[in-house]
Amino acid sequence: MEFFDNHKKLFRTALGLFVGLTLIVAIRPAINNQKNNAPLPNYEPLSEQAYLGKKSFIANGCVACHTQQVRNVDMDKIWGNRPGIAADYAGITRTDFWRNTATLMGTERTGPDLTNIGARQPSMAWNLLHLYQPRAVVGKSIMPAYPWLFQIKNKVGKNEVEVVVPDAYRKGINGKIIASQEALNLVAYIQSLKQTPLPNGKAPMEFLYKKKEAPTGKKGSTLNLPDGKLLYTNNCMSCHQANGEGLKGAFPPLKGSPIVLGDNLELYVNIIMLGYDPRPEYATMNAVGTDNNLTPEEVTAIINHERTSWGNNAKKVTTEEVKKIMDFIKITTKK
Amino acid sequence: MGTKNIFNEWGIIITLLLIALPIIVASILAIVKAKAIIKNYLEKKEQERFNNYVKDLTPIEVEKLEQRKRALEFALSNNELSGKTQPVDNKGLIDNISTVETLRFIEQKKKSQPRPYIEPELSKLIIWYLGCATFWLLFGTTVGEYLGIKFVAPDVDHYSWLSFGRLRPVHTNAVFWGWASLAMMGLAYYVIPRVSNVPIASIRTGYRSLILINVSVVLGSLFLMAGINNGGGEYREYIWPVMALFGIGVFISLRNFFKTIAKRTTKEIYVSNWYIISAMMFLLVIAVVAYWPSWQTGLGETVVQGYYMHQGVGMWFMLFNLGLMYYFLPQQLNKPIYSYSLGILAFWAQILFYTLIGTHHFIFSAIPWWLQTVAIVGSAGMIIPVVAGTTNFLMTFKGSWHKLSGSYTLPFYLIGIIFYFTGSLQGTAEAFRFTNLVWHFTDFTVAHSHLTMYGIICFMLWGFIYTIVPRLTGKEPPQITVGAHFWLALIGLLFYTFPLMYGSTLRGLMWMEGTKSFIESVELMAPYWLWRAIGGSLMWLSHILFAYNFYVMVKRKDKITVPTSPIDILKAKQELDTQAQTN
Ligand code: HEM
Ligand code: HEM
Repeated sequence: MEFFDNHKKLFRTALGLFVGLTLIVAIRPAINNQKNNAPLPNYEPLSEQAYLGKKSFIANGCVACHTQQVRNVDMDKIWGNRPGIAADYAGITRTDFWRNTATLMGTERTGPDLTNIGARQPSMAWNLLHLYQPRAVVGKSIMPAYPWLFQIKNKVGKNEVEVVVPDAYRKGINGKIIASQEALNLVAYIQSLKQTPLPNGKAPMEFLYKKKEAPTGKKGSTLNLPDGKLLYTNNCMSCHQANGEGLKGAFPPLKGSPIVLGDNLELYVNIIMLGYDPRPEYATMNAVGTDNNLTPEEVTAIINHERTSWGNNAKKVTTEEVKKIMDFIKITTKK
Repeated sequence: MGTKNIFNEWGIIITLLLIALPIIVASILAIVKAKAIIKNYLEKKEQERFNNYVKDLTPIEVEKLEQRKRALEFALSNNELSGKTQPVDNKGLIDNISTVETLRFIEQKKKSQPRPYIEPELSKLIIWYLGCATFWLLFGTTVGEYLGIKFVAPDVDHYSWLSFGRLRPVHTNAVFWGWASLAMMGLAYYVIPRVSNVPIASIRTGYRSLILINVSVVLGSLFLMAGINNGGGEYREYIWPVMALFGIGVFISLRNFFKTIAKRTTKEIYVSNWYIISAMMFLLVIAVVAYWPSWQTGLGETVVQGYYMHQGVGMWFMLFNLGLMYYFLPQQLNKPIYSYSLGILAFWAQILFYTLIGTHHFIFSAIPWWLQTVAIVGSAGMIIPVVAGTTNFLMTFKGSWHKLSGSYTLPFYLIGIIFYFTGSLQGTAEAFRFTNLVWHFTDFTVAHSHLTMYGIICFMLWGFIYTIVPRLTGKEPPQITVGAHFWLALIGLLFYTFPLMYGSTLRGLMWMEGTKSFIESVELMAPYWLWRAIGGSLMWLSHILFAYNFYVMVKRKDKITVPTSPIDILKAKQELDTQAQTN
């Protein structure tokens, strides 16, 4: 055919077809997205420190293992309160002339999604130790360690943050391990990663492909509560460890703890819901229960798990007791 | 949604059938090869038995045999009628006389075809391309192997330049832009002038392009390790000035090829050139769209990323390799392609469907739902070009299957073609919404990447390289190390991908179930990651052998051979004469 034997016509046609399709499926949708989306009204741009932290997140290629996107499917519910929407990313622009926009949505979850990590795990002490050596806090982790973000000094200076590292992971180190500015920036970025709530009145979108709910039993009993061990693993274990013994100098043990075993349920629930920091020898605990929207049933399950594991042997509590205290906390903390 | 009945899901069933294919083909290939070896062995045994028998012959028996021999040998002298003048073949009608001088015990695999004439300058350029490509293959997969080890031993080192997040893009980009791209372009420098029947327009341009691309990969790798990258997008980690060098390199070679084709002495444009030229044009479009440094705010970046990474693999590597296959396969089988028009159909269908499917990397994300649906439909449409292409290649093979057992290049072709079918359609199955639910974000994607980039692209490239380098240099690689390369690469790839696919399916189901913590899903993967490292080591070893074979084909001094054919004798005389003159 004449057409196929004319190199100009042939290649022009192929190129034209390709460019045309490119316009339809890539360029136009990208421009539309860019034009028609604005950040949510209560979106908080990154602080300067967090922004520097983000740059270091990019430089170290954390996105190779961590996504930042909550899909509209049920299995992603653990990574955020609602599916991500285009507006969530609308505030992100090119890093600079040389470097592209970094939405950091990622394509692989070798490690957990970080969309909402600032709410799930905001603890400074935990994050620094985790960066210094992930296996010090999560034994089975395969995340790289980032010791070059820390310095060894003889004394802790003013405004400097020391990281308390278990002996097993500080072989050959005599001085104090101090977080560099870059490490602090990186943690500031991690702490800033929270889903922006939708504006008032708007219901969050649905998650698709729901699991069938397991039937729940009658309320108030200690039976049919959610799986306390799993809740402990997801919310508490990274600091207090699987064996309940915590980490010396950072996170206190729950095994044999007077608060866990004692009768002051109000204090116990308060710590879970609001955080705790009276003891200088340990790091600050953040408001794990509130940050993760734990329900009374879940808090009860966690408490009962902690009261009956690792040799602990105290009486189980009921959901009613816990719910009463939680309702009270809600009233008193409302402005 | 229940997770127990995943075997009722179409996406899963199709995938299972697909991944069974390469295993079956590999087994058949192994059987064919084993049979050839056994046959050889038996023949050798027979020969020994015969030798022993001969040794023990008594003088009487020998005498008898000789008598019989003389009787049989009696013949007229055949020139009773013609006289004694020497026959002369003035028109050169009789050619390519094969004589058997020695008894052959070991079946020799077919050596490469007789060499066509290629300008020595061009030949050198091609060797340079392929040599650089081989270097980047070794470099890139050494890094890949190290990354695989890091999954098993995360504390092997604590240097920032070698940390996982920084090295991962070094691996992917080096094998993409350094190894596969340079190898493809080097081969194109062979194919384009051949099928156009004219010399290449400019050899210097070829070198310029080669230098630009090498500089781009060197700089890009260093930058990545130093922590300077473009953001999060995969294969888009080089910053744009670095990628621009690569783009310019491709651009000037494209012009060079285009000029060559414009001067062609054949009327038609052979279909290989359609694929090759288009791949190069499309790559430039893709790179400009993805790297233009003043747009892509917010999700715009993600829409373009989906487009970019998919077109990168589909329109650059795949299209280019198909073009090369349309040249090399018929050459190697010594017959025309089964259907020229099927090749043309596949060409247009590939452009139409492949371009649509980029966003299937972001299913269920915040990208517009209609775009995700288009991507899924396009992924299904890909069945057309893939089936057309595979059919075409396999039908070309038909009737020549016996050549497989006697050739060291054809197994590479066949495995490449089988993985083309399996890998591409596996991609289609992965894009269905249910399968995506299980597999997205898991290592299944990594397995798929290697089934395709390695199983298709690398195997095809190796086949092509083993085909042409001996033609350029006249030196054959040792068949035993080529065989070892083939089997180590294939078995390594299967060890790498199959456990990973199995493990990541379990991991995905665990995530869907939601009753175990995340870290348990990390623990779950440990044995499969170990398998990946083992398979990766075999693959890596095979690349060492490949590099050795390449070295032999290019550098090792030939055994001194005394010329026997009239042409060679005359050539030798001519060379000696000119030497004598210049001295
Ligand atoms: C500097 C870059 C990185 C940062 C800031 C970072 C941050 C984090 C954080 C905050 C967590 C805790 C998430 C949670 O508890 O839900 C985590 C966990 C994890 N990360 Fe990373 N990550 C980085 C790089 C990587 C890389 C490159 C890998 C993969 C090789 C990785 C693999 C993991 C894994 C497997 C976990 C789960 C186990 C654990 O908690 O350690 N990370 N990462
Ligand atoms: C010795 C051989 C090889 C080994 C051991 C190896 C290993 C690896 C590893 C460990 C990763 C990272 C996976 C992750 O982050 O979970 C990876 C990614 C990748 N490799 Fe390789 N690799 C090898 C050869 C190749 C070759 C020859 C190619 C292409 C020509 C290739 C293309 C890729 C691609 C495209 C990815 C990204 C996968 C994705 O994100 O889905 N690899 N490889």
